[in-house]
Amino acid sequence: MLRDITLGQYYQTDSVLHRMDCRVKLVGTLAFIIALFVVDNVWGYLLAAAFLGVCIRLSKVPFKFIVKGMKTIVFLMLFAVVFNLFLTPGTPVITVWKLSITQEGIRMALKMAIRLTMLIIGSSLMTLTTTPNHLTDGLESLLSPLKKLRVPVHEVAMMMSIALRFIPILLEETDKIMKAQIARGADFESGNLIQKAKAMVPLLVPLFIAAFRRANDLAMAMEARCYRGGEGRTKMKPLIYKKNDYIAYGVLAAYLVVSIVVGRILPI
Amino acid sequence: MSLKLEHVSYIYGSDTELPVHALQDICLEIPDGQFIGLIGHTGSGKSTLVQHLNGLIEPTEGLITYDGRNIWEKDFPKKELRSNVGLVFQYPEHQLFEVDVFSDVCFGPKNLGLPKEEVEARAKRALELVGFPEEYYKQSPFELSGGQKRRVAIAGVLAMQPKILVLDEPTAGLDPRGRDEILGQIAHLKKETGISVVLVSHSMEDVANYVERIIVMNKGHVLFDDVPREVFGHVKELEEVGLAAPQVTYILHKLKDNGFDVDVNATTIREARDTILKAMKEEGRC
Repeated sequence: MLRDITLGQYYQTDSVLHRMDCRVKLVGTLAFIIALFVVDNVWGYLLAAAFLGVCIRLSKVPFKFIVKGMKTIVFLMLFAVVFNLFLTPGTPVITVWKLSITQEGIRMALKMAIRLTMLIIGSSLMTLTTTPNHLTDGLESLLSPLKKLRVPVHEVAMMMSIALRFIPILLEETDKIMKAQIARGADFESGNLIQKAKAMVPLLVPLFIAAFRRANDLAMAMEARCYRGGEGRTKMKPLIYKKNDYIAYGVLAAYLVVSIVVGRILPI
Repeated sequence: MSLKLEHVSYIYGSDTELPVHALQDICLEIPDGQFIGLIGHTGSGKSTLVQHLNGLIEPTEGLITYDGRNIWEKDFPKKELRSNVGLVFQYPEHQLFEVDVFSDVCFGPKNLGLPKEEVEARAKRALELVGFPEEYYKQSPFELSGGQKRRVAIAGVLAMQPKILVLDEPTAGLDPRGRDEILGQIAHLKKETGISVVLVSHSMEDVANYVERIIVMNKGHVLFDDVPREVFGHVKELEEVGLAAPQVTYILHKLKDNGFDVDVNATTIREARDTILKAMKEEGRC
């Protein structure tokens, strides 16, 4: 039941995108998001959709798999759309009681829905094609200039990779504790909201304890192997750009420029 | 009142590219008042099987009946089944959550909707059965030692007064003394209450001294289902599936090979002692 969450999951296969340097993918996702919020007309969105489509095709990740991950955030999106629909001031189209849907509201909501959908698909495409370890390696490498400003980049990256690594572990733990409590007659499904919230206590307390126990064990294991932060630490597989990566950077730059030009300057 | 599994199969991830057949065509019956050992190597399907016993997992195929009724029938009272078939998971101390030992043990019976007096009486009885000292009833369960925590967790299931108690590796991670204590306590409570006990383990040594029937699992199949002395007779097959007979069995086999007239089917240390003494007497060595 908890395994349906595909957001932030890695999809194992071999494709151009999977082999691409993680830094390119990170920068690419950022560029895509920027382009998405800069453009303001139909052509810009069409271009973004086409770009995304090509990327999905290149990644060899089945489209169905990506959509499955979207289900979890449908609520968030509905929320954003409904709010935009009703709360944008402008010329009213339909008025229901004190709320009115405005022309500007419809435009806004539509834009929001398109942007959010593509944003989520785009960023989940990155996590689907990049292992969590690569992701944090890339992040660390990209943020390393900040070290000069005394930002603990390595530590932040390490924290991130540990957090990501713990997601499946804690999911499994949740499943196990849940089953154990159900075996003791606990009921997680029926009852009203307050009863349901109360029923979570026997699940959450052991889960927190488990998380602390695991964190403690991990800290001990890291210390036992002389871990002491990023200072002077080398990598077994250092990140090195290849020819494909430079090409990808070129494509990204071109895409960003074109979409700003098209999305901002053309009418509609 | 018996639990029956008929041709039960279970597949993990049947909709993915790599389905795992965890159980295949399992037929079993757990009658009243039997002490059963369920043995298998890691990954043999033991844990999956026990989760079928109280309806936590629905079998992909096959039928599970309790008291003659299909437990996956639409209106089957699941809660009642879960109180009748008590399941103690591996490392059960990880499920403790209450502020003190006593309230944690009360959690199970409270969920059954019993009156407060009955809940407390049951909790008290359960804690007594596992030999938990009364002066610690109001202590936080998180401050106890590993062995004591486990006792509390087992009591938490016992307080539901199950007719079948299933314990998944109850001795994992305990020191030899803690292991013997827990196993002794389980044997004691089996004698005291007359319930059925299913003891899951990967160690023959653990179960050999206590159980009256052994079910050996291998790769999702039931390999043997018989009384211990019969099962231990298949030393070769057991070793092939990564298990071992108890040490006494090996000693007796060695003695027999070297010309002593001992009964190689003795399963407990006591039986082994008797047959060795007998053999030595016959030879006039003592």
